[in-house]
Amino acid sequence: MLKSQIVKNAEISSKKSSVLKFSLVGNPNSGKTTLFNRLTGNTQSVGNWPGVTVEKKEGKAKFRGNILNILDLPGIYSLSPYSPEEVITRNSLLIDTPDVIINVVDATNLQRNLYLTTQIIEFGMPMVVALNMIDVLEKRKDKIEIEKLEENFGVKVVPISASKGKGLEKLVEAAINSYKTLKISVKNFYSGKIRNVLANIENIFGNKQNRLESNFKRFYAVKIFEDDQLALNQIEVSQQDYKKIKKLKSQIKTSKNIDRQVIIADERYKYICQMCERSFKRNPKNKTDSFSDKIDKILINRFLAFPIFFLMIFCIFFITFGSFGNFFKEKVEFLLQGPISDFFLNFLNICKASDWTKSLVKDGILSGIGAAVSFLPQIIILFTLLSLLEDTGYMARCAFIMDRIFKKLGLSGRSFVPMLIGFGCNVPAVMGTRIIEKEKDKKLTIFIIPFMSCSAKITIYALMAPVFFGSNSPFIIFGLYLLGIFVAFTTVFFMNKFLTKGKRASFVMELPPYRFPTFNNVFIHVWESVKDFLKRAGTVLASCSIIIWFLETFDFRMQVVKSGEDSIIYNIASFLAPIFTPCGFGNWRSSVALVAGIAAKESVVSTMAVLCNSNNSSELAIFLSNEFSKASALSFMVFVLFYTPCIAVISAIKREFQSTKWTSVAIFYQIIVAWVMSSLVFFVAKIIFK
Amino acid sequence: MITINKLKPSECGVVLSISIRGALRRRIIDMGITPGAFIKLNRTAPFGDPIEITIRGYNLSIRKAEAREIIVKKISKSEYEESAC
Repeated sequence: MLKSQIVKNAEISSKKSSVLKFSLVGNPNSGKTTLFNRLTGNTQSVGNWPGVTVEKKEGKAKFRGNILNILDLPGIYSLSPYSPEEVITRNSLLIDTPDVIINVVDATNLQRNLYLTTQIIEFGMPMVVALNMIDVLEKRKDKIEIEKLEENFGVKVVPISASKGKGLEKLVEAAINSYKTLKISVKNFYSGKIRNVLANIENIFGNKQNRLESNFKRFYAVKIFEDDQLALNQIEVSQQDYKKIKKLKSQIKTSKNIDRQVIIADERYKYICQMCERSFKRNPKNKTDSFSDKIDKILINRFLAFPIFFLMIFCIFFITFGSFGNFFKEKVEFLLQGPISDFFLNFLNICKASDWTKSLVKDGILSGIGAAVSFLPQIIILFTLLSLLEDTGYMARCAFIMDRIFKKLGLSGRSFVPMLIGFGCNVPAVMGTRIIEKEKDKKLTIFIIPFMSCSAKITIYALMAPVFFGSNSPFIIFGLYLLGIFVAFTTVFFMNKFLTKGKRASFVMELPPYRFPTFNNVFIHVWESVKDFLKRAGTVLASCSIIIWFLETFDFRMQVVKSGEDSIIYNIASFLAPIFTPCGFGNWRSSVALVAGIAAKESVVSTMAVLCNSNNSSELAIFLSNEFSKASALSFMVFVLFYTPCIAVISAIKREFQSTKWTSVAIFYQIIVAWVMSSLVFFVAKIIFK
Repeated sequence: MITINKLKPSECGVVLSISIRGALRRRIIDMGITPGAFIKLNRTAPFGDPIEITIRGYNLSIRKAEAREIIVKKISKSEYEESAC
């Protein structure tokens, strides 16, 4: 909405355009990404849990002849140098200086959000406060006096609602204005002696010519007062000045529990508290339990929390894999096998295409892609349900109730959120581990995320389970997911025994208020995954299917084969197949499908479809029931559950590990686990299904 | 004077001192747990750990291990509602 206005405005106004760089800075979960999407027309994923955005993202917008380069930075609570996100944001502001900082503040959580604002103000850069979620505040009938807020902090404050797209034009206007006027006054938040000491430290910098130091005078004065190592490394202080500063610092009495960092934080919060009393009036009727508290009384109740959690997860599976999901799957199948494939074949007939072209399209591309695409409805359902969990804020509660279990394993509840996201897609899950503060915990979590069965594997389960287990298949699939979780936990438990104990793990996490999921956010989540899936279908699956079709249709002399046993692929796969004999699926087609699955998990299914020359799902089902037994079908699914994730996940893992060695270890481990588990399952299942 | 973990659900207190050390200390302080801050214990998780507190108008979860190192003075609920801003 805003974008079209912006573009229109841009056309009307003069040709003189300038490029402005805006950086969005704010607390986690304050709505930066929603604002970013609104301003740039981008579609970055949004969720209601702290830490959705883990790396900076750039986007462009136009406003009245100005080109805006907008940077979405990871959410932070403070500019202390302890977590990687904080360092990224801090350095991005100090070194890669933007023209204007847009500080996104959650109006429903004013105090803690303004704590960061007091720090950003001290940069002395052009900035605007975007007071987000003002609609929620208005609904509650809480009153906030914008003018007083502006007066007390010395910055422009613009009330907005990023989710509803309100106030955005005013915000951009204010941001451009603050850049043009460069009227910067750094408000002093400190009182008494501390105020004097900081002013004196600042004066020492004031004498310097250095541009960096004079620009960020207050920031560095405070940081040096706090003994911030990162700041001390960034600026040069002469021996003489250092002595002076040390003397100044000693004027403030400290004790073991009241150190300088506490003193500064205390001063900031005191100032904010006073200001809030003056400019913020809570609706007296809202004093008791909020809406979120009421929900939490049930959802994370001592006794009900776990039953509710498991019920919810079970419902998700039943909706996805039960009759609801199947209904849509059958509709898509009908479309693919009926009108769509008829259309292509008729087209080829009209073109008088050769037999082998027809075979390529029909047995290669159409059956390969079609087999995978027919599961798209189920993937959409799963993603919708998962993103509902994310957007409402339930995900953070899951981390809260799970923390105790994770503590036993040596991790924290924070690891749970990426794991749950892993059920959708492992790539964002692996990236999401950046919210885990401890490096060791992060590595361990990445190690086990591939055991969280991703939505692409649905294609395999949803294809095989109904053939062999009929109406019991939702339970079988649920069991597979549980097995994945079980092995993941066991892995962590043992790895923690071997790895040396690091610093003690903590679990300091905000529990955001419940929010009603917006259609926009859910749609963005789901659309992103659908787009990804279709992209994969068009590229990886299509090329995989063509390659497999080619290798299956020709022999080494490039002659069309009469039987499968002469084909190139049969000869290659026959070497590989015996490895899987103990797992129960030593047939050559399975090995080919598994190898193809490394490119993308959906290609396991598409490869199967190509290799059995099936034209529709019932043919594929007959083929499967000939090739597999109940036991070997189960062990095959177990193998798929555990073995190497797709290329995209491997590269995400490598990016996070920053080490080829550890990435290889992870892949090797997954293959070993897959083989052992699947052999074990085959052995046991053979006895049970006898 | 007691530590936060000794509070019962819906009991309130004022923070007196924090004896946590290292990076975690900074994180706790940044989240608004500073001397003089008003807190309310909302609940403990199903297995007794972590705990959820309200501080400065929002809900925060910390582990008992951390809570044990934050000393508070117990206050009544009405005192909390009057003073907490």
